[in-house]
Amino acid sequence: MDLAALLERQGWILADGATATNLFNEGLEAGEAPELWNTEQPTRVTKLYTDAVNAGAQLFLTNSFGSNRARLKLHDASHRSHELSRVAAMLAREVADGSASDCIVAGSMGPTGELMAPMGDLTHSLAVELFHEQANGLAAGGVDVLWIETMSAEEEFLAAVEACRLVDIPWCGTMSFDTAGRTMMGITPARLVELASTASPEPVAFGANCGSGISDLMNALLEICARDPRRPVIAKGNAGIPTYVDGRIHYAGSPEVMADYAEMARNAGASIIGGCCGTSPAHLARMRERLETATIGPPPELDEIVLRLGPLSYAAQSGGARRRTRRRRRRASSRQTGR
Amino acid sequence: MNEYDDLILSELPNEELVPQMHDDLYDGLDEEVVEGVNILLERGWLPYRVLTEALVEGMRIVGIDFRDGILFVPEVLMSANAMKAGMKILKPLLVETGAPRMGKMVIGTVKGDIHDIGKNLVSMMMEGAGFEVVDLGINNPVENYLEAIETEDPDILGMSALLTTTMPYMKVVIDRLKELGIRDKVIVLVGGAPLNEEFARAIGADSYCRDAAVAVETAKEYMARKHNQMAVAG
Repeated sequence: MDLAALLERQGWILADGATATNLFNEGLEAGEAPELWNTEQPTRVTKLYTDAVNAGAQLFLTNSFGSNRARLKLHDASHRSHELSRVAAMLAREVADGSASDCIVAGSMGPTGELMAPMGDLTHSLAVELFHEQANGLAAGGVDVLWIETMSAEEEFLAAVEACRLVDIPWCGTMSFDTAGRTMMGITPARLVELASTASPEPVAFGANCGSGISDLMNALLEICARDPRRPVIAKGNAGIPTYVDGRIHYAGSPEVMADYAEMARNAGASIIGGCCGTSPAHLARMRERLETATIGPPPELDEIVLRLGPLSYAAQSGGARRRTRRRRRRASSRQTGR
Repeated sequence: MNEYDDLILSELPNEELVPQMHDDLYDGLDEEVVEGVNILLERGWLPYRVLTEALVEGMRIVGIDFRDGILFVPEVLMSANAMKAGMKILKPLLVETGAPRMGKMVIGTVKGDIHDIGKNLVSMMMEGAGFEVVDLGINNPVENYLEAIETEDPDILGMSALLTTTMPYMKVVIDRLKELGIRDKVIVLVGGAPLNEEFARAIGADSYCRDAAVAVETAKEYMARKHNQMAVAG
């Protein structure tokens, strides 16, 4: 199934919710790699996919967020990157093909967890190699689109895009704006718009996922949509913030709040709308219902977002905070300083 | 332009050199920071004074702008590296001169998690603030923490997690400490992007630290409280 064609036809698509937090409910232990379940507990992974589709999602991510060599190394499974990626996609393909509605299988590719050179050890070529291996596995398993997500570093994002180009499958990409309205590496929503419009090939869709609190994500979304009204935009926010209830993780956002969010995200201009951490099938069902019944309105103001979805995790900048001005700088002509 | 004129650090009087070192730390200029440290030492400053007035104060400013969303991880890493370069000179001298220590921290990323950017920043800034830091690295099962508490006898235990799948593991560690009756021996600070204060309380940690700067401030507060309690008890 072609994502661009489905978007063209429908105008909007409900995407899936959480992977890991839903797998916790199936018995995944803290610290375990969810990707190992692709071969150890395939029926539970299939159930994760099926639950999302039954709740009304028409695009769901494969259980392969961390199926790159760098991340799997922790679980002594770095040699299984291709295999675990492929199986994640195969299981998803079966669910999508067996579904009565049109369904997109999106091959999830999360960050490596490593710091890119020159600050860290991960070089561009090595990063491309890691993502290429993962993307190849996802392609072999039959994904419709590759889905780069939760990125915070520009260099790593671009390495993943290059891997998508190498396997010649359309891609989507989202970043996590969790630090004062930017990614933790300082990337702004405006910068992501630039990256998306200059990438080769261009993404089918791009946007924001995860982060801290759904109002933060909405704020990033407003900026992205204002700057790029042409390309389809993705919103995949967490169901509130994590709490600990009765010995397990619970996200505080109710299905009703997520339905409000879905409606506002579409009004803001997003056309692929889903959840991230903490978003259960019950949340998805309400989101779908709302998206089908609500009429599309004007983009929400920040005030309305905060009122309905909760406060921002940071003080929204008016005019923008700035670096301190230096009294004087030495050797500025011979050294590169700051950005 | 005047502001881009080269400065000769060794020609600056102390009251200009120290603020200049703060600026150089802010800009992540490691060679300049090292040079400044050496100049102050040559001028007869005690290593502890160089550490607190030049490096720690400089990193405090970096911490404020990090907290306020003006600086981000890449810039702070540059600053922390510059501080580390300065610390390399000071560390052996501090031991020799018996400089006061703020306290001791054992820190590590929990099992299943490879993220160490934030944890490394905390380590470096805690060291910068005068704490002794034992860094356990990434992917730590509960046994690693227990062993380190046993052998290092830290004041503070720091745990870090960036993933939804790994943050509950912090509770596994804290529950084990409770079972063994040693939970109150250490102050437990937790951090990582998906966490929040409420979550930290629910799993039984003492505090959630939003970023490295907050971690340092929180650790200092707890140490001050601990000292006051000891003073009262004594």
